[in-house]
Amino acid sequence: MNARALSLILVCLALPLWAQGFAGLGQTAKDYALPDPDFRFSFPGDHGPHPDFRIEWWYVTANLTAADGTPYGVQWTLFRNALNPGGAPGDQVWMGHAAVSTPEGHLYSERLARGGTEQSGVTANPFSAHIDEWMMTGPDLSEIAVTAQGHEFRYDLRMSATGPFVPQGKAGHSVKSEAGQASHYYSQPFYEVTGTLELSSGKVEVTGQAWLDREWSSQPLTDTQTGWDWVSLHFEGGDKLMGYRLRDNDGSAYTVGTWIAADGTPTPLENGELMMRPVEETRVAGRDVPTVWDISLPARDMSIRVAAVYPESWMGTRIPYWEGPVTVEGSHPGQGYLEMSGY
Amino acid sequence: MTWAVIRALLSHWRRRPFQLVTLLLGLSLATGLWSGVQAINAEARKSYGEAADILGGGGLTELVRQDGAPILPQTFVAIRRGGWLVSPVVDGWIEADRGRVRVLGVDPFSMPAGTPAAMAIAPQDLTTMLGRNGVLMADPVTATRLTGLGERLQTGEGIAPGLLLADIEAAAELVGQVGYDRLLLDPKQPLRQTPLNEIAPELQRRAPETAEDLGRLTDSFHLNLTAFGLLSFAVGLFIVNGSVGLAFEQRRPVFRTLRALGVTARRLVWLLTLELLAIALVAGVIGIFMGYLIAAALLPDVAATLRGLYGASVDGALTLSPLWWLSGIAIACLGTALAAASGLIRVARMPLLAPAKPRAWAMATGSAMRWQLALAGHSLVVALIGFAFGELIGGFILLGGFLIAAALALPSVLAVLIVAVARLAKGPVATWFWADTRQQLPGLSLALMALLLALSANIGVGTMVASFRTTFTGWLDQRLVSDLYVTLENTADTPALMAFLETRSEAVLPIWHVDAEVLGGPAEIYGVVDHPIYSENWPLLAANPDVWEQIAVGEGALINEQLSRREGLAPGDPLLLPGGWETTVTGVYSDYGNPIGQVVIPLPVLIDRYPQADKTDFGVLVDGDTEPLKRALSEDFGLPVENLVDQAALKAFSLSIFERTFAVTGALNILTLAVAGIAILTSLLTLASMRLPQLAPVWALGITRKTLGRIELIRAVVLAGFTFVLAVPVGLGLAWVLLAIINVEAFGWRLPMHLFPRDWLWLAVLSLAAAGLASLWPARQLAKRPPADLMRVFTHER
Repeated sequence: MNARALSLILVCLALPLWAQGFAGLGQTAKDYALPDPDFRFSFPGDHGPHPDFRIEWWYVTANLTAADGTPYGVQWTLFRNALNPGGAPGDQVWMGHAAVSTPEGHLYSERLARGGTEQSGVTANPFSAHIDEWMMTGPDLSEIAVTAQGHEFRYDLRMSATGPFVPQGKAGHSVKSEAGQASHYYSQPFYEVTGTLELSSGKVEVTGQAWLDREWSSQPLTDTQTGWDWVSLHFEGGDKLMGYRLRDNDGSAYTVGTWIAADGTPTPLENGELMMRPVEETRVAGRDVPTVWDISLPARDMSIRVAAVYPESWMGTRIPYWEGPVTVEGSHPGQGYLEMSGY
Repeated sequence: MTWAVIRALLSHWRRRPFQLVTLLLGLSLATGLWSGVQAINAEARKSYGEAADILGGGGLTELVRQDGAPILPQTFVAIRRGGWLVSPVVDGWIEADRGRVRVLGVDPFSMPAGTPAAMAIAPQDLTTMLGRNGVLMADPVTATRLTGLGERLQTGEGIAPGLLLADIEAAAELVGQVGYDRLLLDPKQPLRQTPLNEIAPELQRRAPETAEDLGRLTDSFHLNLTAFGLLSFAVGLFIVNGSVGLAFEQRRPVFRTLRALGVTARRLVWLLTLELLAIALVAGVIGIFMGYLIAAALLPDVAATLRGLYGASVDGALTLSPLWWLSGIAIACLGTALAAASGLIRVARMPLLAPAKPRAWAMATGSAMRWQLALAGHSLVVALIGFAFGELIGGFILLGGFLIAAALALPSVLAVLIVAVARLAKGPVATWFWADTRQQLPGLSLALMALLLALSANIGVGTMVASFRTTFTGWLDQRLVSDLYVTLENTADTPALMAFLETRSEAVLPIWHVDAEVLGGPAEIYGVVDHPIYSENWPLLAANPDVWEQIAVGEGALINEQLSRREGLAPGDPLLLPGGWETTVTGVYSDYGNPIGQVVIPLPVLIDRYPQADKTDFGVLVDGDTEPLKRALSEDFGLPVENLVDQAALKAFSLSIFERTFAVTGALNILTLAVAGIAILTSLLTLASMRLPQLAPVWALGITRKTLGRIELIRAVVLAGFTFVLAVPVGLGLAWVLLAIINVEAFGWRLPMHLFPRDWLWLAVLSLAAAGLASLWPARQLAKRPPADLMRVFTHER
């Protein structure tokens, strides 16, 4: 990580779960609101921003397939980061990341905007999130149109949810370490997607599944956590799994997750229940990134191999990370998304 | 063998160390002046480049409003949401010590990656820069000029001099502006966008500001320097030519002996070339160091001038590229080759056992003089073409052609002059004196040409500077009508000040202004009240008869000469002003020393159209002494003393800027004259050694050595005198070109020419003294020459 990116992180930190030196996520959250275990989500209000908290994101990943069977991955993300506590619009910095993973390569783009103007922002009802011309708008968050573009790509997708919003952790209170760092976290893993990708090779009609993560916090990581490996998986039977492993600089890891039944019923997983083991690394952007994983959940008799569809799915953004579609084989076949930071 | 020859050749320098010194001095002086000027120019160009780069967003196309008004933040947002990657820039000025400082506000969030402004912001400064109260960045030198900003101001390397870099919000606050001056277009745009003319039809694309823009503004200044450098170099070469010629001449017997001993002409020429190369290298290195010293000494003045005159910021410290060092050495070698070519050719062609004919060396034939005259004619034609071509470069071609023609024609003109004077001579000694002078002319002509160039440059530039000074002081007297100039700390104090001054002064004249862009160039717009003092005192170059009546009723606009010339505007023409409104030009006034355009409109119009105008400056008319009012304003009204400037102080300040502007010119002028003096000395020394055969018969006829020495001295002074007389018209021609052509093209104003005969008189004394001084030593040598030397002329069959 170069010095320039480091500094920018201070400006616009906010990727889900960055580690320690990263983004000041390990900094103290003095004067910011803190996650409360007794807090319960109230929709649609909580689809909107929570500016008293330091960081927040609207994070969509989609596994898409063209008519000829070619797999694609799409990401649409909007981060909010407060420079100062108090929630003033002018103290907010917005950052957008958009990407398409394709057989020809990983295309991505990044946008930044200062708060307090119409350049970027989120409203809960009717739901609308945007930065520049990138949009995620619904009548509500269960029925959204998602669009973004860069110099070499564009996508226009319609997503409609076939299941409920799912609170992560304990009723939406997601604990990130033994020390108690936490966030408010819910997902919408039940989107059916149709739409169009525009690539240099032409337009591609696609269909598939998408997953939305909503999370806000003020200090989700401890000083010693260095990065994370996160998966969101759609199994063929309709069940879903969200799991992540927070790596500590002493070599240990804090692994948590949620098993989501096909009807949307969540079962939080205790630290250590889920086991994630890197199997194969890929050299990408000068770093060795594990792009094949063995994941097991003995409680559910689950033993799967998760492999990147396009191992080069590197986001060379101001805060660089790996994010791309994966295939799932083994006891519970399916597909999903993998995100890895801190490499 | 080779070694022996080298030793024989080099022994000459051991015996005549002074000759070696003059040779090295001439060459290194020429190289030094040339490289010094080049170093200054290079430094300035580099600074312009940096400034333009950072201001222009590294060559990105920009969006600006056609009417020059700021782009509103909501327009920026609308364009971004239309799918355009644009980044806003605030570009303004704030007052600082020793002139204005440019404020550049950028948006770190949308700044296209890799642009110079984005690069100039160190990563660790990014977060602290953000927002209205963010950190401001400037280079260390500029930071010392920004005293009022306190701890917000931080220094950083890599920021162009004279620039304050800030977040867009902080910059807008500093320059008191809502909105942005331009939007940078990212070269890599997304796939699909709403057409720009649908979102913001008032915006247009504009090519980025480049170093050339600032360069063009300052071209004249650099051309001036370059011309001086070239002139000094040429004059320096005359010295080298003299010294090399002398050395070759004196070594003629050695060459002959060496040839007779079997050294081939080719080998001799090679060895001499090698010797010259060694000398050139040594002189080149010395010259480069001299050039460095000259540049380092002059650069602060140059930087001050460029800042004062053009608002162009130049780094005060020198950083020189290896190329500069190499070019210095190269120019020294080239100069030596140029100066020594004829000598080397002569050695190569020298017949074995040829009798030494030193006189022939010094004698130019009539045909050579005719040839030179023809060349002078050609130079004059080139000069006239330059004149017809117009523009700055044409002006300099005219100047160069004219000077070269004058220099080339000098020997012929001098010859005619001497023949004419000789007719008046009475008595044998006088007749011999003129005849001998004429005969010596070819040998001295190079040195005299150098003197002519130096003298006419001196007269020309001196006349220009003095004319400028006279005009400028007179103009200042008229223009600075108010007795006291008051600057308020806060606009809100205006009514209080008015009330305070009501009984204590004759009148209070607001001097409110706004910095803006008029017709695509930087400009100031001033507001004036209707007061008879303006109509009585303000000198107008051209105006409608009712110009002041119109101002009184709130109509019309006066523009300065620069704007008038730049845009071809005359009274009666329409004038489009920022904010998209139009008025009529009613008058044009001269505005010396100001590189940018200026518009004067009625004060109520200024307040109405530009509410953001700086409203803190006032002129106060006082009957009698200003001191009591100054005291009252500082003690009773509570204004800081530095906010009160009386007319005399302001005048002194303006004149000091003016003097500093021409300090560099003056220094170069004196150096050139010194070089010319040395040229005369070396030429005379060369001639002195060869003239013995001419002098011996005169001595034999009864003229004492002492008288002969005196005659030599008089001759040098007479020739210098003639040259000076000829230099006066050449210098005045030069001054006319500078004032009427170069200044108009370069600065946008024309100055009347004033003559200063007393300065010429001083220069005449100086040049005669220089020539006399230069001939003193050869004359003394002659006076002390042992009679045996003179006798030997008759015994030697030469």
